[in-house]
Amino acid sequence: MIDAFKELLSNRELLYMITWREIRIRYKQSIMGMLWAVLMPIIITSAGVVVRIAASKVSGRPITGADIGGIGAKALAWAFFVSALRFGTTSLTGNSSLVTKIKFPRLIFPLSSVLTSLFDMAIALPVLLLVLPFAGVRLSPSMLWVPALLVVLVGFTAGLCILFSAANLFFRDVKYVVEVVLTFAIFFTPVLYDAKFFGKWRPILMLNPLTPVLEGLNSTVILGHQPDLAWIAYSTAAAALLLWGGVVFFRGLEPRFAESV
Amino acid sequence: MTDSALRMNHVFKRFRRGEQHDSLRDLIPSLIKRAVRKDRERSLAPQEFWVLNDISLDIKKGETVGIIGHNGAGKSTMLKHLSGLMVPTRGSIEVKGRLSALIEVGAGFHPDLTGRENVFLNGVILGMTRAEVKRKFDEIVDFAGLEEFIDTPVKRYSSGMFARLGFSVAAHLEPDILVIDEVLSVGDFAFQRKGIEKMRQIAKSGATVIFVSHNLQAVAEFCQRGILLERGRVIEDGPTDQVIRRYLDTAMSHGERTARGPVRIVSTSIAGADGEIGKFQGGSRARISVTLEASEAAERVAVVIQIFNADFYDVFHTSSERLGHPPLSLAAGQKAECDFDVDLHLGAGTYYVGTYLYRYDAEREYDHVFPATSFVMTADRGAHGVVNLYPVVARFATLPAFRPNALPASPNREFKASMPNGAHRSMLDSRIKVALEPKEQ
Repeated sequence: MIDAFKELLSNRELLYMITWREIRIRYKQSIMGMLWAVLMPIIITSAGVVVRIAASKVSGRPITGADIGGIGAKALAWAFFVSALRFGTTSLTGNSSLVTKIKFPRLIFPLSSVLTSLFDMAIALPVLLLVLPFAGVRLSPSMLWVPALLVVLVGFTAGLCILFSAANLFFRDVKYVVEVVLTFAIFFTPVLYDAKFFGKWRPILMLNPLTPVLEGLNSTVILGHQPDLAWIAYSTAAAALLLWGGVVFFRGLEPRFAESV
Repeated sequence: MTDSALRMNHVFKRFRRGEQHDSLRDLIPSLIKRAVRKDRERSLAPQEFWVLNDISLDIKKGETVGIIGHNGAGKSTMLKHLSGLMVPTRGSIEVKGRLSALIEVGAGFHPDLTGRENVFLNGVILGMTRAEVKRKFDEIVDFAGLEEFIDTPVKRYSSGMFARLGFSVAAHLEPDILVIDEVLSVGDFAFQRKGIEKMRQIAKSGATVIFVSHNLQAVAEFCQRGILLERGRVIEDGPTDQVIRRYLDTAMSHGERTARGPVRIVSTSIAGADGEIGKFQGGSRARISVTLEASEAAERVAVVIQIFNADFYDVFHTSSERLGHPPLSLAAGQKAECDFDVDLHLGAGTYYVGTYLYRYDAEREYDHVFPATSFVMTADRGAHGVVNLYPVVARFATLPAFRPNALPASPNREFKASMPNGAHRSMLDSRIKVALEPKEQ
């Protein structure tokens, strides 16, 4: 793990260049350009609003600006997760000419997918910041939790990307499995709804390590109070374990990449 | 050894023929098999073979080494091990210093990015820092000769331009050890010369260069030491000339053939008009005979012959088709013979004949043997080089003082030189006769 980190540190220019390339390619020759990064969270948020309207019709509880703001914040994080995982899973197979021809730490490929998606998130963030005040959100000290929550989110995402990119190199059906799971994962993760809707069944939902992070973003940014610390600790542990396991798994298989891709 | 740059100690690598399990469904049975089988280090399953078989090498700092061998001998696999892309099944590899491997030019170039962007990207991928690339940028672009197109996306480049830019980035790496696979065969002739010149400079600066190529001439010119691989083993290691000689011998003994078509070359021979074999005097007439045999019916077969000199320059090639003789269709089991009469206006040295069977309208190669045979031209008077132009000194005298008003009407008049009769005649006669007739079994 420490070796991996050292290797990456000495190849940081390469990580930067590969990420830069991904960003260049994604925005070159596309009509919408940077709008792409904004579009995805907007669509997710719209879907969330529709779901909430339906829910409020049934329950009779009116939807508030804070509800919509919360969906927006979670949508941004979710869009990051989905895009990173989608690109990350195929990052090694998509770069097979580099994998077989040039030697450098392969971890750079899944990580650059994560960084590229992080860049997309940074593009979309100002839009959310412009909208939040209208949703009645005020600055609060609890927002200082946001960077920590993002670190957990990025760590968890990176762990999965690393794991799946290596797995997909050996078994090409991994990418289809990931696609299918990602399509439906939004129903198992409280992006469009809140975990508290489930009352006493909430802990089951919280077992998904993404849930505490998304709920945490909702609490700290929109509601202005602390996240659920125990569950955040659980997510952090899960992310750390996944990242560590992913790196070990990845580096164990790395010598076989060039001949198996 | 303290001054060795690179060492391979009893390196083995196992490969597997055919498909590997690529989907999760196939994983579980193979895992069980693997668990049951013992001693995986040494044993071979039926589908497996050693692509590298006990290779030990010690390459010293500053050496230039050429690796040659037939297709599938393990050359590229060996380079991939040297560059760390693959890990041996058994044995170890030690590398001292910064190693740059150039397995393919322009690997990592992205078609949508401009030449400039790709230079930076590729430079960093190959191991330079961005500052380094920036410093060498002008030099790189200048070497590739692409100043005007540097801000054009590389997808608009011709394949030659693409390759030139790729090579140029790699040529400016300044590594301690440079590993190059067949990349000099890119670009036009002038660029290839430039490439070899650049490699020579890199070698001169003290770097170790390991070079894999089918271009024996480039290997001969550039490398001090040669290594000949065959079926994953080192079968010759020594001065380049000696290794190339051995390579040619092995090539002749089993004939390097490419195609396994319905028709194959049975033999190729060259004999002089006066019965001489193997050794010829300049200007003498010889007949190159090619015998072919069809195992199945073969349509429209033409015979191509090609003559190379010892540096593997293509000195001459022709074919029955080019000489206006119609191609021949053979029935299964039928044999044919094709004789070319040639006048050997060649300079002194060793020459190699390659033979091809080709179908021009379908652009299909039926068979190819190189070298099919060889012969030696003996030295002739004062003529040196690849060809003999039968020179004579037409005039060699001091000129009268310059007088502008007294220029001769036609400056060419002086060159009505006399040629020796024989040479003149045989040059005019240097046409080639083809006789291509089916032989009855």
